[in-house]
Amino acid sequence: MSLPSLEPPDGAARDDAPRRFSTVSDMEIEPLYTPDHLNGWRYAARLGNPGEYPFTRGAYPSMYRGKLWSMRQFAGFGTPEDTNARFRFLLGQGQTGLSTAFDMPTLMGYDADHPRALGEVGREGVAVSSLADMQILFDGIPLDQVTTSMTVNCSASVILAMYFAMAEQRGIPLTALGGTIQNDMFKEFIAQKEWISPPEPSLRVIVDMIEFCTAHAPKWHPVSISGYHIREAGSTAVQELAFTLADGIGYVQAAMARGLDVDRFASRLSFFFNVHNDFLEEVAKFRAARRMWATIMRERFGATQPRSWLLRTHAQTAGCSLTAQQPINNVVRVALQALAAVMGGTNSLHTNSMDETLALPSEGAVLTALRTQQIVAEETGVINTVDPFGGSYAVEALTDRLEREAFAYIEQIDKMGGIIRAIELGFPQQEIADASYQYQRQLDRGEKVVVGMNKYQTDDTHSLEILRVGDDVEPRQAARVRERKAARDAAVVRARIDAVRNAARGGANLMPPIIAAVKAEVTVGEISDVFREVFGVYRDPAYI
Amino acid sequence: MSERRLRILIAKPGLDGHDRGAKIIARALRDGGFEIIYTGLHQTPEMIVEAALQEDVDAIGLSILSGAHMTLLPAILDLLAARGVDDMPLFGGGIIPPEDITELKQRGVLEIFTPGASTQQIIDWARCTLRPRQ
Repeated sequence: MSLPSLEPPDGAARDDAPRRFSTVSDMEIEPLYTPDHLNGWRYAARLGNPGEYPFTRGAYPSMYRGKLWSMRQFAGFGTPEDTNARFRFLLGQGQTGLSTAFDMPTLMGYDADHPRALGEVGREGVAVSSLADMQILFDGIPLDQVTTSMTVNCSASVILAMYFAMAEQRGIPLTALGGTIQNDMFKEFIAQKEWISPPEPSLRVIVDMIEFCTAHAPKWHPVSISGYHIREAGSTAVQELAFTLADGIGYVQAAMARGLDVDRFASRLSFFFNVHNDFLEEVAKFRAARRMWATIMRERFGATQPRSWLLRTHAQTAGCSLTAQQPINNVVRVALQALAAVMGGTNSLHTNSMDETLALPSEGAVLTALRTQQIVAEETGVINTVDPFGGSYAVEALTDRLEREAFAYIEQIDKMGGIIRAIELGFPQQEIADASYQYQRQLDRGEKVVVGMNKYQTDDTHSLEILRVGDDVEPRQAARVRERKAARDAAVVRARIDAVRNAARGGANLMPPIIAAVKAEVTVGEISDVFREVFGVYRDPAYI
Repeated sequence: MSERRLRILIAKPGLDGHDRGAKIIARALRDGGFEIIYTGLHQTPEMIVEAALQEDVDAIGLSILSGAHMTLLPAILDLLAARGVDDMPLFGGGIIPPEDITELKQRGVLEIFTPGASTQQIIDWARCTLRPRQ
């Protein structure tokens, strides 16, 4: 089949330089896609039916007819009491799962009373130092009925231990707990950059958690392999796909090296992707991710169970796409991104609030964000049929291309010796920094447009009411931590910390002693100190 | 005699890992002819002031997105003052509400850039404003 000419007729006005048509990731796009772009393409091999290998069309046969995606707004600020109130508000508004944002000290393994926590307590999330804080955070929340996602990484083992200890105290068996802990350290070294110890010991703790959850909390997802932060750090869509799946390969390799049966843990790995502005590229990215992971799990790792091949994912609209200028425009961006995630077949979604470039979201803004998902789900009709873009020449060609280019990156990483080596060499970090700088230059030159920021600017300043975390949060939290520490039995605390240290030095699984420790109110900071002491401290290589 | 290149320390105070902006600014200023030293992440005010003095820089640029700007920026100003340094300007960028910008400038921060500032604007500002320290 030949391509019809899309050139303007003779004499039509046009610019001297031909305009480039490219995605937000700067992938050049053809004017028209036809069957020629899908040479040798076979439905059964490339797509298959939804719920079947290679899952391009979706994780489940009936997709959203059977079950809508989980609407899961990431929330956390101030004291545990503040965030508990936000959780109850969101559940009352029809949200179907919880997602917890912790503050920077918690995420970096410092208690609220530590000097390094100064100025940061409760600012970017909720402050949790000990089990007492955790109990307040989840007060009145039925842990056996809602699933909870917790975004925490280098101190994830401690936070998960607290969640498990809390459930036990309420008489809920671990087997009844459903949820996800992010716990993806590879993407921390690559993109988000919250860490305690170097990659090798960090990976050991993660494998301990996979092993523990596989045996004791089979409905829990012990790792959420995350591309979100890779994209936010400035990567392209291909890099997001490639580095995320390369991270996943690293976890599977490590768990198998521990002797775990791939078919016992694989289905507990979940994913978390960004959903950015470029609509078709994003739809294609989710579809390519499922097909790539299915191929990797079946062909590379020899998993035999279909559920081991299946990539299930959460998605979040791209924070980095939002603008401080004319912030109400962000509502529109988020709606389009949410639609792309749904067309890509996400299993869970967070929609950003319009005010997130200015501060943590206000209650009003987060409600509009949740309503956006509800409108997509219940008004647009897009859920009526599975994978409506399946078979589109353009989307299938893009899906193939993203897959091909991402596999080329994975091959490069394999040749380096795997993801840990690639991280040590600074490879993914440098690739992302280059892409991010390139995009910034395109913005500065006006080659890429962000409405309201580098085109269609107005003088008006925003008039949104933003959330401010009170200055009283930090002293209150610090005082609470000090009081709780003082009230403990010092001998028990010492013994429990010693047990964690012994497990860290030896090879025993860290989760049982950490759970025992948090029950005695040993804190996030105290256990992180053991990691710092035994495993060492990682420092930013500071690539520019 | 040509004027020496200005040296700028780009620093990331606080615990958050949002270094996309810091790296872009570091690279853009370097491409714009400045000599750049980048501290990397998770720096305390003490570490930043120590690095600035050791490297004998002409200015310090801070990237901050953690919401802790009202604690960390004044802490750096105070440390510089305590070391008797009164000619090393501090500028910054990040998610900082307008009322906080006003207060930070009153306390001695020379300039604050907010999201949407182009790298060229920042380079132009640095060329017009910063001078070699004696």
